[in-house]
Amino acid sequence: MSLNTSKIRTDFPIFQRRINNNPLIYFDNAATTQKPIQVIESIKNFYEKHNANIHRSVYRLSQEATELYENAREHIAKFINSNPTEIIFTRGTTEAINLTAYSWGLNNLKKGDEILISELEHHSNIIPWEIISKRNKATTRYAKISNNGVLDFEDLKDKISNKTKIVSISHISNVSGIINDVKEISKIAHENNSLILVDGAQSVPHMKIDVERLDVDFLAFSGHKMLGPTGIGVLYCKNTHYEKMGPFQGGGEMIKDVNYNPNTQSSEIVWNSPPWKFEAGTPNIAGSIALMEAVKYLDRVGMDRVLNHEKELIEYALNLLKECKKTTIYGPTDLSLKCGIISFNVKGLSSHDVALFADNFGIMIRSGYHCAQPLHKVSDLKSTARASFYIYNTFEEIDRFVDVLKEIEQF
Amino acid sequence: MSTVDAFISRIEKTCGEEKSTIVTFKYDKKTEVIKKILERAKMNKSLAGIIYELSFKGKTFRLYSSGKAIFKGVTEKDVLLKILSELVL
Repeated sequence: MSLNTSKIRTDFPIFQRRINNNPLIYFDNAATTQKPIQVIESIKNFYEKHNANIHRSVYRLSQEATELYENAREHIAKFINSNPTEIIFTRGTTEAINLTAYSWGLNNLKKGDEILISELEHHSNIIPWEIISKRNKATTRYAKISNNGVLDFEDLKDKISNKTKIVSISHISNVSGIINDVKEISKIAHENNSLILVDGAQSVPHMKIDVERLDVDFLAFSGHKMLGPTGIGVLYCKNTHYEKMGPFQGGGEMIKDVNYNPNTQSSEIVWNSPPWKFEAGTPNIAGSIALMEAVKYLDRVGMDRVLNHEKELIEYALNLLKECKKTTIYGPTDLSLKCGIISFNVKGLSSHDVALFADNFGIMIRSGYHCAQPLHKVSDLKSTARASFYIYNTFEEIDRFVDVLKEIEQF
Repeated sequence: MSTVDAFISRIEKTCGEEKSTIVTFKYDKKTEVIKKILERAKMNKSLAGIIYELSFKGKTFRLYSSGKAIFKGVTEKDVLLKILSELVL
């Protein structure tokens, strides 16, 4: 059954806005999504009624805040079919990958070891591994992409070996929307005694994710790309890996005891149990509660319907874009390989020209590298314009977008 | 005496291999800025009163009715500010 986008849109106050007297068309969902009133209200409700710091305090408000925070963990765990103790709250995908690189990587990678990523990664899944590689004298290797922008499985298989300690790969490219077969990559990684981290920033918001079925060791994702607020994200970490991971940051909450010896003026520290060991300091309590609301919202819509809606939109857009003779679409157009992201360029114009022209009509699209410079380099692209869809986008919006593209093609 | 800063909200390098700079003019000054630039620069082409390709002292740039301009190949701030001063002051 198709999504009732008209009804969904009434939950999003931002769509009441007009830009230059045009209705707002928001096509930058791969960067961040808009927020439904339920999520906005949950933040307001927390600060108006329950605000206090969590854990340890015995008073009423703190207990309420703690309960809400831990409820959020449970809901999010269920959303990806994991256990609450496997959910570490972070600021977002970037911090989740950095947490893995520092807490696991620093403690387990040594000279000669290899980390396998790919050429289609977002910078957040490249830089942390390059930093750790340099520190620990390990090597970061890049699996190639084939001519149509799809991950080259043969190259990945060639590059994985007993030296590979972790494969860190995006589930869906934030540039082309290509879906990688992470279940298969996970199988290959595990056959080679390697762990696998999946950058789920573009997949968790758009499709049903089951960490058990995918058999991944780590999964990183962001709240703000799935109707939640900015500044909250998640690292799923399989329970069995915790014992090999050192703390990420030091501070309150992540310790059980600080046994200070006044005679030696030194402290013996006992870490808290995971996941709290990895959540130093006061966390983003309101953010986690709002993310729970976002997850509840997506559950009500149904993740299968979310994906189906995006596939319908992309199919419609790709068909219509055939009429734009000066527009080149990048990546495969096979719908089974991609979700709701289209990267493109218009002949004779920079991606920024296209984005600025569209902006005039209230259409928000992204331009540039999309934090994936290596992918642009190997694809011989200076930059791309990108339209990315979500549950509130409509076929009529795509009609308008294509009309505007046809207009700028006249320039 | 007013300086060009009085007309500029932000100057940013574009993201991508093309080395360009995007200038965002202050919202309350954009009509004045666009009028002056259109008077002083040579118009190469335009579309629907939304995008203009202009030339000024050997530099080609694009101006948008939203109050932004992209200067392709201009990345040094002092060079850019000199051009902008001549265009809008």
